Formats: sequence, structure tokens, C-alpha cells
Amino acid sequence: MAAMSTSFAEPPRTLVIACGALAREFLFLKERNGWDHMTITCLPAKLHNRPQLIPEAVREKIREMRAGYDRVLCLYGDCGTGGLLDQVLAEEGAERIAGAHCYEFFLGSPEFEALNDEDPATFYLTDYLVRHFETLIIKGLGLDRYPQLLETYFGNYNRVVFLSQIPDPVLLKKAEEAARRLGLPLVVRETGLGGIETFLATA
Amino acid sequence: MSNELDLNSLSDEELIEQMHDDLYDGLKDEIEEGVRILLQRGWQPYDVLTKSLVAGMKIVGEDFRDGILFVPEVLMSANAMKAGMAILRPLLAETGAPKIGKMIIGTVKGDIHDIGKNLVTMMMEGAGFEVIDIGINNPVENYLAAIEEHQPDIVGMSALLTTTMPYMKVVIDAMKEKGIRNDYIVLVGGAPLNEAFAESIGADAYCRDAAVAVETAKAFMARRQGSALAQRVA
Repeated sequence: MAAMSTSFAEPPRTLVIACGALAREFLFLKERNGWDHMTITCLPAKLHNRPQLIPEAVREKIREMRAGYDRVLCLYGDCGTGGLLDQVLAEEGAERIAGAHCYEFFLGSPEFEALNDEDPATFYLTDYLVRHFETLIIKGLGLDRYPQLLETYFGNYNRVVFLSQIPDPVLLKKAEEAARRLGLPLVVRETGLGGIETFLATA
Repeated sequence: MSNELDLNSLSDEELIEQMHDDLYDGLKDEIEEGVRILLQRGWQPYDVLTKSLVAGMKIVGEDFRDGILFVPEVLMSANAMKAGMAILRPLLAETGAPKIGKMIIGTVKGDIHDIGKNLVTMMMEGAGFEVIDIGINNPVENYLAAIEEHQPDIVGMSALLTTTMPYMKVVIDAMKEKGIRNDYIVLVGGAPLNEAFAESIGADAYCRDAAVAVETAKAFMARRQGSALAQRVA
């Protein structure tokens, strides 16, 4: 475990290791709350394409960056690592935000569970995914080269739910266009950043 | 690409090699044509399946595992193979192609992801298994009903989400409760799974991809049916 700061007046120097998809949201909160004691370092969001790589990538980042910090916090959900990320974090003495993935920690577990129970055939978008929809979804899934794969990827979904962190009419329009391209109806839920903010403020 | 190539002009060996390339490139029409040409030349459907389609997908699977091919390309190859298999399927039954065993497979309750499951289904069929696909979002009752109706050798479960994979234990526990767990081989797969998880829930094996699923299934069937089968499938 990192040594605690000896000055109780100062907050602990905190290294935040985050998925790249959360960088903008963290910086928004850092500025709004004056969290000068927190520094973020990110791992590429594309690691989600191969979640088995996330745990060791996080471990490497912790070891590379932790010197000079009192503690390490992690903005990743389990993210498909099947508990292996939690194992690494326990071994490295770091703590992560609760939740299986960012959809859950944006919405909060009870609300995410209710939304999912309502219809598990839901494709979720966040601010980040809407912003990078063309790159991550269309090009990332090869739908630009093979549009005939749309049914393969999305044929089992009934709807798109856009989880909006920072309300933005431009992003909303993009989300509407994204849903249209997927051939699915759009539902919008404003989540804010309370989940992340509470975790970082109270961990 | 074989757009300008007359497949009919190729020898059997050349055609097989071309079909491997066409499968790799996800060229559905060319694969269908190649299958038809080989059948017209008197090839046994089982040999067309194994030498052109299964062998071709093996190359695709290896390059995917090595990070050379990615999901979109694998799916296009799979679509091409499926198209070829659609032609062969009725003929395989007619010509008494060897059947190694029977599997039921489905994605568990709460999970609608089926790309991996569909790839496993296709590769298991290609390997000589009869596969009954019970689809997505399956509660335990669906698995039990399928087991009762089809009496498979293998029960396959798939999940893509950390939140749905625990449901596999619900199914296995239900099988134990009914006293039927040991009558079936239980194979599990999906991105968030691993061997430790499979062991913890009482599955027989975790299969990290479709190719491993086929080899694992064959190995378990061989163990089940003794050395005679092991010689036949080798």
C-alpha cells in the first residue's frame, strides 16, 4: 500500500487510472471540484476489444506511475475481465469504482438493473461512444467495408439507449443519427457524472 | 480474388487452394460456386466440407488468434462457409457422413450476444456434430427442455457479459438437482470466461474459441466412446 500523506489538511495525492473513454469526464470533474491532488492516466479504450488484456495493462500502468502518489484509484468496471481486474487491483493495492462497466456506474446499479431487466436486448451508448461512433462502431466493426454485417452484429438488439453524461444538443443529434444507422429506436437517459464524482470524492 | 478466374478451369487441388483463399477473403458466391463444382466432379459432400471449408476456416481461425485477421473478416469468412454448408447439409445426411455426436447450444438468460455461439455452431457442424441451436436469452427451463427433447451428448453455454455468465451455474446446478449432470458433457465459452470460472461452476471445460470448442468436444467424445471413436476422429 502507498504511504499516506502525513498532512491531514491535504487530500491524498491520487493517481487515477482510467479507461481513455472517461478522460474527458474526469477532467470536467477535476476542474469543477478543484481536484488538484488528482492526476489521471489513461489506457486506450480499444482494450475493450480484447478485455483479457486489461488486467495486466492496468497492473503495468500502476507500477509505472505509482511513485509519488499516496493512493491509486481505478476508473474501470469489471469490463469483461471476469474478475481478473479485481484480482490485479487487490494485489496492487488499488481500488476501483463499483460496477460491471461504465454503463452501470454512470446510471447506478439499481437503475441499470431495472433498465436491463426491462429489455436486455439494449445497445448502450455513452457520450464517448456517440462522439466516436463512426470510428469505434462503424469502422471498428467493419460496417464501412461490410455493411451486410449489420444484421449479424445488431440483429438481436431491440433498442439503443444513449446514456448522456454532459447534456449536449450536438451529441444528442449524433446519437439519433447513430440509432438510425443501426436501424433501432433511441431512448435517452441523462446520467450526469454523479457515480464517478461520488467515487472519487469519497474513496 | 477470383472474380475473373474461371474456377472450372482449375484442377481439384488448385480449386481447393483457391477456395481456401476465397474463404479467407469472405467471398460467399465463389465458395458456393466452388462447392458446386466439386460436387459435380463427383466429390463426396463430406470431403468437400472437410477439405475446402473446414480446412479453410482453420486458416482463418489461426490468423484471427494471431491478430492478423479481425472480427469483421472472420464473420465474412464464416458467412461464406455457412453458404457452402447450406448446399452440403442435405447431401451430408443423404450420403451418411460420419456423425461424432450431438450438441445443444445457447446463450444464457439475459444475454443476447450470439456471434461466438454461431461460430461454434458452424465449426461443430463442420466437424461432424449435429448441433441444435436454442438461440439467445435462455432460462434454465429452455436448456432442460432441449436436453430432454434432443438427448445430446454435449450441452454448450455461451455468455458475453460478466453479469450473465453466473447464470451458467444455475443451469449446471439444475442439472445436478435432476441427477442428470454426469450424463452430459458441459462446455462453456464467452469473452469474460476463463478456466477457473468453468471449474468453479462445475462445467467440464472452458473453450476460448470455436476451434478449441471443436477439439475439446472431440476429445470428450473420444473419452466417452472409447478408442474406436478416437481412431475414427483422428
